Amino acid sequence: MSAAPRDTWSKPPFIANTALRWAVYLGAIAYFGWVGLTMPIDWNRVAEGIGRAGKIFGGAFPPSFDRSGLLIDGFLESLKIAVLATAGGVLLSIPIAFMSASNVAPKPVYYLGRAIIIIARSFHPVIVAILFVKAVGFGPFAGVLTLIVYSIGFVAKMLAERIEEIDFGQVEAMRAAGAPYLSTLVYAIFPQIMPRQIGLTIYQLDSNLRASAVVGIVGAGGIGATLANAFGRYDYDFALAITIVIVGVILVSEAVSGVIRKRIQ
Amino acid sequence: MLKITDLVKRYGGGDPVLKNLDLTIEGESVVSIIGSSGAGKSTLLRCINRLVEPTSGSINLNGTELTSLRGKNLRAARRKIGMVFQGFNLVDRLTVMENVQSGRLGYISTWAAVTRRYPKDDIRRAFELMERVGIAHYANTRADQLSGGERQRVGVVRALMQEPDILLADEPTASLDPKTSEQIMGLLRDLAGELKLPVLINIHNVTEAKEYTDRIVGMRYGRIIFDDKPEMLDQAAMDEIYAGSPHADRSDDMAVAS
Repeated sequence: MSAAPRDTWSKPPFIANTALRWAVYLGAIAYFGWVGLTMPIDWNRVAEGIGRAGKIFGGAFPPSFDRSGLLIDGFLESLKIAVLATAGGVLLSIPIAFMSASNVAPKPVYYLGRAIIIIARSFHPVIVAILFVKAVGFGPFAGVLTLIVYSIGFVAKMLAERIEEIDFGQVEAMRAAGAPYLSTLVYAIFPQIMPRQIGLTIYQLDSNLRASAVVGIVGAGGIGATLANAFGRYDYDFALAITIVIVGVILVSEAVSGVIRKRIQ
Repeated sequence: MLKITDLVKRYGGGDPVLKNLDLTIEGESVVSIIGSSGAGKSTLLRCINRLVEPTSGSINLNGTELTSLRGKNLRAARRKIGMVFQGFNLVDRLTVMENVQSGRLGYISTWAAVTRRYPKDDIRRAFELMERVGIAHYANTRADQLSGGERQRVGVVRALMQEPDILLADEPTASLDPKTSEQIMGLLRDLAGELKLPVLINIHNVTEAKEYTDRIVGMRYGRIIFDDKPEMLDQAAMDEIYAGSPHADRSDDMAVAS
């Protein structure tokens, strides 16, 4: 005698415990309800704000390119900041990435490396820029230092993850041949991470160019500083011109970096 | 001469993967190790060049005790032990020549390695060996452009570049098709003869083991239960080698387990 054929099946629920499942769903709904009711949204101020936004946009049109010299200088400075910060950040990221890869670094070194990355990542570049502007004064140098920290946070982390994914057999082969530590790194690990390394560098240059506009607003030089000044002087038409150029340059740099990264990988 | 005495390897706190194992490889014989997956063949080979750390016991190669070596001395000893891998373990993005020369990394300075300034003797030896196995025309080709059989030839040449005193091959043909597999086995046997080199091969293919090697060692979950000439390996011995379960064999006494 055989059991009745089984012809129904339903996917097991996301959370197996029924009570817990409902508690999670209701809890989520209740939290969003509470947030919606208690957030101080003042509709009068929203209405006033719309009027003010209208005034700003009114003043911004048509955008003014009269002071294009200032605009170009700002951009060249941003580009310098981005290039220097990318070079410095990527160079520092390589040893930090090796320190932070659990498969090649001893435990204490690994924790130190991870700590450096976590600290570099935990603050938004604007906050880091405020600190560096305080420390070394207004200007592009603060911007470069900020973006070096920013680059380490991203490049070292991504590179460390790539190192952790390598085919360890190649490392084993070098070890089996009695190769010293550095030779092993150069022969078995660098070739494997090189495409990612180049891709990350190009991505980071693009990203730093974008971030250099933002950190400039808090005084770290570049086009961001020009933009902040324009706003400060109510030159909304010049500010719009700057914004348009920033968007244009970022579109171009993203397209270029996309093409290059596709070519190498 | 390679002399392994009372070798034990235990991963973590579990049952030992190698149980008080003794094995001696003399002269220039080609020895194959057979046994089911998990029998400890790979662990045994890796204990010899210390890619795996033995728990206890002694491994002696031509008078050097390998188990106690550290740092520089360990690297110097590893130079004398060539290894060929199942997955080839070539550096895909480097040329065949760079892969072959990576067998010399233990001999040359890091600076010479980084700048690819290989000694003339090494380059000559590399071309000779590559000619011998038929891959010399690939010297400037990237390793990932080669077929499986060609890649394993690169692997063999890389190991021979070390001028080893013994060659270990960890399932060198398991990733290859049957025809290529026989070519590689034939090559290993012939090179062993030409270079007067003892070769220790882990292998799953018993037919190839019988055809290409001088001596077969049968392992069953951490022990050697057969060690004789290939023609002595009969059906009864085969059944004995491939029977048993890992847990029962490793934890209990053999008599109880079988």
